[in-house]
Amino acid sequence: MSEVRRNTAPPSIWKSVLRYGLVGGAIALYFCMVGLVAAFDQRFLIAGQFTLGDMVLYVGPFLAGLSTARALADRVAWQRLLFGLVAGIVASAPAILLMLFNQQVNISSVFVSMSSTLISILTFERGLPNGLPLLMSAFGLLGLLGSAYTFLGQRARSAVNTALLVIVTIALFSDIPIRVIEKYLSIQVVRTIFQGNALLPLPAIVLSLLVMGLNYLGSIRAQKMSAAKKRKDERLILGRYPISQVLSWALVLTFLIILPQTDRVLAHVLMFIGLYVMMGLGLNIEVGFAGLLDLGYVAIFAFGAYTIGILTTETAMNSFGLSFWIALPIAVMIGVLFGALLGIPVLRMRGDYLAIVTLGFGEIIRLLALSDWLSPLVGGAQGIVRIPSPSIAGFDINTPERYYYLVLIGVALTAFLAVRLRDSRLGRQWMAMREDEDVAQSMGIDLVQTKLLAFAIGSASAGFAGAIFAARLGGIFPHSFSLIISITVLSAIIIGGFGSIPGVIVGAAVLVGLPELLREFNEYRFLIYGILLVVMMLTRPAGLLPTDTFKRELESLEEGDEGMNNPVSAGG
Amino acid sequence: MGKIFGKRFNFGDFVVRLLQVVVVVIVVVALYNTITIGRYTSRHWVALIFAGLAQGSIYALIALGYTMVYGILRMINFAHGEVYMAGAFSTVFLAEHFSRIGFLNAQPLLAIVALIIFAALVSMTVAFLLERIAYRPLRNAPRLIPLITAIGASFTLQYTFRGFYGTQFRSYPEVTALRGSVDLFGYSVHIVQLVVLFAAIALMLILYWYVERTKAGKAMRAVSEDKAVARLMGIDIDKVIVTTFLIGGMLAGAAGVFNGLYRPQGVYYFMGFFPGVKAFTAAVLGGIGNIPGAMVGGLVLGMLESLGPNAIVEGLGIPGANQLKDVIAFTFLVLILIFRPQGIFGEKLREKKV
Repeated sequence: MSEVRRNTAPPSIWKSVLRYGLVGGAIALYFCMVGLVAAFDQRFLIAGQFTLGDMVLYVGPFLAGLSTARALADRVAWQRLLFGLVAGIVASAPAILLMLFNQQVNISSVFVSMSSTLISILTFERGLPNGLPLLMSAFGLLGLLGSAYTFLGQRARSAVNTALLVIVTIALFSDIPIRVIEKYLSIQVVRTIFQGNALLPLPAIVLSLLVMGLNYLGSIRAQKMSAAKKRKDERLILGRYPISQVLSWALVLTFLIILPQTDRVLAHVLMFIGLYVMMGLGLNIEVGFAGLLDLGYVAIFAFGAYTIGILTTETAMNSFGLSFWIALPIAVMIGVLFGALLGIPVLRMRGDYLAIVTLGFGEIIRLLALSDWLSPLVGGAQGIVRIPSPSIAGFDINTPERYYYLVLIGVALTAFLAVRLRDSRLGRQWMAMREDEDVAQSMGIDLVQTKLLAFAIGSASAGFAGAIFAARLGGIFPHSFSLIISITVLSAIIIGGFGSIPGVIVGAAVLVGLPELLREFNEYRFLIYGILLVVMMLTRPAGLLPTDTFKRELESLEEGDEGMNNPVSAGG
Repeated sequence: MGKIFGKRFNFGDFVVRLLQVVVVVIVVVALYNTITIGRYTSRHWVALIFAGLAQGSIYALIALGYTMVYGILRMINFAHGEVYMAGAFSTVFLAEHFSRIGFLNAQPLLAIVALIIFAALVSMTVAFLLERIAYRPLRNAPRLIPLITAIGASFTLQYTFRGFYGTQFRSYPEVTALRGSVDLFGYSVHIVQLVVLFAAIALMLILYWYVERTKAGKAMRAVSEDKAVARLMGIDIDKVIVTTFLIGGMLAGAAGVFNGLYRPQGVYYFMGFFPGVKAFTAAVLGGIGNIPGAMVGGLVLGMLESLGPNAIVEGLGIPGANQLKDVIAFTFLVLILIFRPQGIFGEKLREKKV
């Protein structure tokens, strides 16, 4: 058996260094070639010193140092540090070699990213032979940091991670704190902390030390007070909800209500996030609760939008001219109806096939919406325009803030629905079905009914979201309804946390909000989604905020038999 | 559910049967209309058939990758379309270079073979990396996870190559030797179509020989039959899996060049998506896991896509039929998976439970 043949001797130093160094170097080179480094280099995180592009570039050598140190775990400390450094230097090799090659044979007509901008970044603006030692030193330093990281204990690591996260977040979203400080304090204060939209070095250091300290102390304190003791002593409201939870929800709610008032752009983005949260919660019912991987979800979104479009406008073929509020429930019902209809043919399918068929449905519907055949009804490639905004008794909903509140109501309804369903009998039927269909059936669960209900209910929020989308945009076109949207919603669910409602909300907020708020990310949005999906599946399949069951199930997977030939579970 | 006609009434089955009847009726009516209206001559149909065969052989080469990987790992390699794209997109630059220096038209055979080798190498590399990085660590994970990884990988690859090569649409240069048509029993057929068809068939025959007649091929068949037992027989599973991915990549790369010869335009980062899905349809059509099936499935799908708009869609009086080519392919995919997921050759692979 291969387990016996497995190498039990400690890995040779040079092999590890070379291997991890080159892999790290490949990662760094990849980010360069894809254009991430050059594009992100415009954005300064620490004024004058450190850009987002640098951060991306340094991931490679950092990981090289980290993995090398881990591989050499049974060696002396100084050796681990040294070889981490060496691994970092090795990591610079691929990029250097490619740049030298480029000097001889210009590859920038093929690899568009190999521009003079990139070369100047990599050589610290010194140009080719002169900048190389700097590059090697920088990478070596990162390798050293990577191996140093392995020496940190759990608490120290969490402190460092949090500090890094806080600094980067503040630097990226610097508009918001800048505006708040300017408003309530003064512009002088702003200038001492920020320069442009990046942090100044000294404040950054001070802030990170502060955060690290707080985090470290906080984790010591948390350890001292056991959580269970804390819960039991807390007072309960309504006999069920602990006061701390209610308070934090109240805080979040207030925050959500005030936030859009601060900035119009923010309101628009929040509305968008809200739509994706609604869809995420709906798709979560299908995927997370019932285990039905639906890649055609965007089709229902399209149905909702087009229903509003057709019913509220007066086109050549039809003149309904209904009010939004009448058309809305119709849109939702159409969503439910078609969700169920599209679910019928796939009742007997599982896993991969289900995914592909739903993908097929989604594409068919998009292509039909685009076609000339149906264009009298849906407007073909020109779509439907001049969709009126909804209004209640003369009060028009036509600003981003007002739409946001409408969406917020939608999100609240959907979330409420999702939570109640999760804890209901139907929800448990779904989860039983998700775990093992045959066993569920033998327990008396009617698979047909349960699956159709999952599709139908999950589609309701897509219909709703589509309706609001149509009204907000005022015009809808087939191009808005592509597979990408289904994938985005799916990514939000997966990355946020499988089957977990807070997870979906966070996932949608991050995946949709970030690219909208940070223009730099927008260009590389889908690349990042893809990489995130793969990396998450490899490292943390349960997602960022997983439910307890999934955490148990999926995390045990990582420790056990990871791809090593295990005859017992190989099966099939 | 109550009993009707003495048998247990199953809603799902009933709907499927109903759907089957509806589809058959639609197709029959459409074909009848087309034949009676008789708008197109036999020349037209023959031209469409050869176009379909050429396009279909490209689908077939890609389909083989899907079918082999499914046979061995019981998973759909969603990213295989991107493996194809990687080869096709990367090789267009070499082809442009060959054209510029005159090599392409001076020595077309040599040049094309060189292009095929290059494309195959690129696609093989991508396939190898896919297996190593994304799939191998997840071999024992619950089914949903490798599926999602594959989707993520597919996206990553698309946008990776977008980042590498840019967003501009490119075209393969024309090969003068392949211009024009020959006369075949009174019908004129494009040379390109015949070249692509025969080259693809040649590759498929080589693959068939490899799988059926060599020891390595036998190992592949054994692993797809039962992984655990194959291991007990001393077969190195990892090696077989890697080889499968490599062969799939090789064929996909070749398909990329053939596509460049046959349909030179439209080379860009998203070019793998539709062929990928269609090739998957072809693989299912022939019976997923069945290698000759994938070959046949590809050709059939190609012809369906080619003949469908004129034969069926127009027969139903639907305007703008040629736009709906992709709809036909997708509809076919859906119908096949609903009605006959085991395909023409009835491949019944033991399904791992989700």
